[in-house]
Amino acid sequence: MQIVTSLFTDYTLRTVALGAGILGIVSGALGAFAVLRRQALLGDAISHTALPGIALAFLITGSRAAFGLMIGAAIAGWLGTLAVMAIISKSRIKQDSALGMVLAVLFGFGLVLMSFIQRLPEAGKAGLDKFLFGQASTMMTEDVVTMAVAGALALIVMALFWKEFKLLSFDQDFGASMGFPMRVIDILLITLLVVAIVIGLQSVGVVLMSAMVVAPAAAARQWTDRLGVMVVLAAIFGAFSGVCGAVLSSLSDRIPTGPAIVLCISAVVLLSMLFAPNRGLLYNRLRAARRRRDLSVEALLIDMLELARQHNDTGHPHSADTLRTMSYRPEGIDHSLQELRYHGWADLTVDGLWFLTGKGQTRATELLQNLGNKA
Amino acid sequence: MTGAQIEIQLIAVAVAVACALPGVFLILRRIAMLSDAISHAVLFGIVIAFFVVEDLASPFLIIAATATGLLTVALVEILDRTKLVKEDSAIGLVFPVLFSIAVILVSRYAGNIHLDTDSVLLGELAFAPFDRFEIAGADVGPRALWLIGGILILNITVIVLFFKELKLVSFDPALASALGISPVVVHYLLMTQVSITAVGAFDAVGSILVVALMIAPPATAYLLTDDLRRMIVLSGLFGVMSALSGYWIAHWMDVSIAGCIASMSGFWFAVAFTLAPRRGLLAAAIRRRNQKKEFSVYMLLIHLFSHEGLPEAELECRMDHLTDHLAWSPNMAEKAVEEAVDRQLVVRDDQHLKLTKKGVDQARAAMVDWAPGGYVAS
Repeated sequence: MQIVTSLFTDYTLRTVALGAGILGIVSGALGAFAVLRRQALLGDAISHTALPGIALAFLITGSRAAFGLMIGAAIAGWLGTLAVMAIISKSRIKQDSALGMVLAVLFGFGLVLMSFIQRLPEAGKAGLDKFLFGQASTMMTEDVVTMAVAGALALIVMALFWKEFKLLSFDQDFGASMGFPMRVIDILLITLLVVAIVIGLQSVGVVLMSAMVVAPAAAARQWTDRLGVMVVLAAIFGAFSGVCGAVLSSLSDRIPTGPAIVLCISAVVLLSMLFAPNRGLLYNRLRAARRRRDLSVEALLIDMLELARQHNDTGHPHSADTLRTMSYRPEGIDHSLQELRYHGWADLTVDGLWFLTGKGQTRATELLQNLGNKA
Repeated sequence: MTGAQIEIQLIAVAVAVACALPGVFLILRRIAMLSDAISHAVLFGIVIAFFVVEDLASPFLIIAATATGLLTVALVEILDRTKLVKEDSAIGLVFPVLFSIAVILVSRYAGNIHLDTDSVLLGELAFAPFDRFEIAGADVGPRALWLIGGILILNITVIVLFFKELKLVSFDPALASALGISPVVVHYLLMTQVSITAVGAFDAVGSILVVALMIAPPATAYLLTDDLRRMIVLSGLFGVMSALSGYWIAHWMDVSIAGCIASMSGFWFAVAFTLAPRRGLLAAAIRRRNQKKEFSVYMLLIHLFSHEGLPEAELECRMDHLTDHLAWSPNMAEKAVEEAVDRQLVVRDDQHLKLTKKGVDQARAAMVDWAPGGYVAS
């Protein structure tokens, strides 16, 4: 409870939580498109390639202010993406190799620049290594304002080009045939993704930022089949785990913010995959069990009718054991019999034998007829 | 060069070649990003094993970390198989979790030991020679060199022994299973290689260099050859070039060695990307220009051929008419005519153009080649 109140009273915690929340909203919403377009790993490449941009921006401006570093990160991330696209379109190198290579090479170059900066007398440690795993506690109010403005701009552009982005995500060729400049739209969407990633670098860090692109969207996907709902849900999940992670990490200065946020959002993904209606694993398991049960009840109904017909009496009773020997799933027979009785399709004689009621006979005849029709 | 410098370069070269070998199959099978996932996730295994045995030099760490690499691959596959997420998302979901747990464990409980978060990613090759390997009290070289040398030999052995299987599974998995070679077994063999290599290289050079060296040199080689054996050899070669050039640049500029090697692997790729004999940007540009020239010469021949000897020839077969009729720029018209004259296909008399005998033949031949059904204008 104290944490909740300190969210509103504690300056640092409030700043950090706000920053992480904004990052979650923006990366969640734009990540939805990336995930749908199977570009989940593009986020990984963009965030890693931001590192040399951050280092270069620091070298040029000599300042640690978030705005300059974010511009540097954005330009580098954007150029990195264009490099990936160029490699794919101008050579036989496939997307996975191009992504991995650009990511690792530019990150390596970033490390070169960082090791160079750390030797500079005036820079000291410069605090740039916080960008590796994120340290939200260093965030200032003006950083959060910068993030909020950039994030809001990105979301507004997303809303303005909603139809185009939807087209790009689901049927690019159709869009092109309608005369939309799909390449330009593609680059615009990627630019927005770059903005989303850059916003999160300070809290989550370059190494794990890709998770904030993929995970909220992957979680949201389980709950809906509609793009609009998915984007909103992803934003909510992202914001929720951003705030949770930031709070968790503020409880101890030995928990880096990035990993804390990633664990929170991953928990959301896991829960969504398990429990979401329609798609969730648990729901599917239940549905499968229910189908299996229905099927064995129906089979039993038909068995009973067939058996009784051999006695020229459709209401002829039989023991549960007799029915068991006919069943393809003998262990479920008692349960199925209870189910039949519940529906009023079968009942017990005084000797404990089972017989079909009139209602049950009608139902079984119906089922048999259906089977005959299908065959 | 001092002894330490030679040792560092030896380690760098061994890492580079050890990474390049499995990397070839990764990029051919389009699963290069798994190397990124594995190289991050192995940290989880290392950290957990470290908490159990409390000894960074224990071979148990390598086993545990390799197992984590395989666990990552298996988890990605399980996620993929639920059909709830696509494969790329699955990769993007699995490794951040393992990596995050590892980073939190390290920064929370292992603050005082050698295992810190920076060295995880960056690795510090410069320190590798300080960690000596001793047999019966005698110093036999840096521990990293033995470890990575061993992994290099292992990788070479696996590729030599299972060359046929790896090749078949990479290019035609369906045929492979028809012939009784299980793609799954070969896949996990490769993944084991990638994991062991990532683990071994991890301590000395950091995880990110592993990714760079597994993808960039094979990708560079892929631009230069269509032959798998040649590609493997070239990948190793580019790995060595990246390692050595990266080391010396880092040495001169006094910056991160691993970072420089990664950068240089990208540099060599960029060189091949622009200058590769057949697939480079430059070669493609030249080829396009030649095709354009070739095409314009034929356009000219056909144009002249279809008007020559007819009443309008006086008007059509003129230099300045090409710009109107074919919508060519004067510059392009000039070039095309020059080329045609050079090849003795056309004679030029100031503005007037006339086909030579050879020109007529070629125009006719070109129209047989290009016209649908081989229709020839008489």
